[in-house]
Amino acid sequence: MSELRQKLLVLHLHTPDLNSSVVAWAMYDGTGEKRHTTGDSETPPYNSVMEAMRDGWRVIQFPQQFPAYPGMEYHTSYLRFEYILEKLEEIQ
Amino acid sequence: MIDKKYLLTTEQMANFVADGYLRFDKLIPDELNKAAHAEMETGVSTRGGGGTVLNDVWGDGSAVGRVFGMPEVQGIVHSLVGEAPLYDHHAVHIVRPQNEVGQIWHADAIIDLRMHFDIQFFYFSHDTPREMGGTMILPGSHYRRVCETDIARYQNFLGQLPIACEAGTLFVVHHGMWHCAQPNLTDQTRYMFKLRLNPTVRQCQLWNTDDIDTAPIHGILGRNHRWYGNDVRLEIVNRIKQWRFLIGDESFDVGYWLSRLENMPENIEAAA
Repeated sequence: MSELRQKLLVLHLHTPDLNSSVVAWAMYDGTGEKRHTTGDSETPPYNSVMEAMRDGWRVIQFPQQFPAYPGMEYHTSYLRFEYILEKLEEIQ
Repeated sequence: MIDKKYLLTTEQMANFVADGYLRFDKLIPDELNKAAHAEMETGVSTRGGGGTVLNDVWGDGSAVGRVFGMPEVQGIVHSLVGEAPLYDHHAVHIVRPQNEVGQIWHADAIIDLRMHFDIQFFYFSHDTPREMGGTMILPGSHYRRVCETDIARYQNFLGQLPIACEAGTLFVVHHGMWHCAQPNLTDQTRYMFKLRLNPTVRQCQLWNTDDIDTAPIHGILGRNHRWYGNDVRLEIVNRIKQWRFLIGDESFDVGYWLSRLENMPENIEAAA
């Protein structure tokens, strides 16, 4: 009997627009088929979130946008436009 | 006093500010590489701990000490952190053969608010082809305020740079550089020697400034590494602030980015 497992795709975009280009990416495979790791690809799997959606990935998290805290207007830290997408796949 | 010919140029310093690293391929001679490699295999001992003057840490009997005593390396050190920096710590990073999992992305230490900066050397004493790793760095990540492994969820970025190099290659990076060891798919153990140094003098024009009026500084500081998207404008602001600190000129700007923000006139125009 088959069961469903989750695959996660994390795409970081150039701007919050879902059509904008991917600048960073990560994959987490809950099927156990593959273990992704740092530096394992040089090109993103999709050019945008929209392209991933057209290939069956479902967006499950949008990045929230907040005004900069006073005094931190020019500080940078984490990548801001992070979208998390999922696919459910059958395992045997 | 070190010979000026060993110091970094203004152009190299601007590249360090923009990218967070400088690369010196095959800088260390083979004989010294072999001796340093052997020392790493048996253990590198030091005299004194963090806060010791660098020149007191190793004697001539240490191959690693001779590497960092080379005038070419001393010139890099002098240009970035001054003539007599402090030893912070070192580590021999080892990745065993057939290790298929990369280390998680991280920045060393914790959030560091200083404009003053430490440097870290990554020294590769043997050939390190891509299938052996080596260390992956993310150019332009050094001004990001993150705490150590908080960036561990990331895997790949546009512009990430795997250090694949020949024996004797030395990288010097800003203390904030994001990095991670890469898988070693060969049958040989991989070694990388890391050394962190702290400045003891104000980091202001410590390099060879002969080209300070001719180096293409504005173009270099405006570089786009692509992985931070439209935040490139904020990164440029961080670089302008660092360059002002390094040259001792608070009026320096790139493309009018900070000048317009600092324009807050208080004088009152007299009525006609």
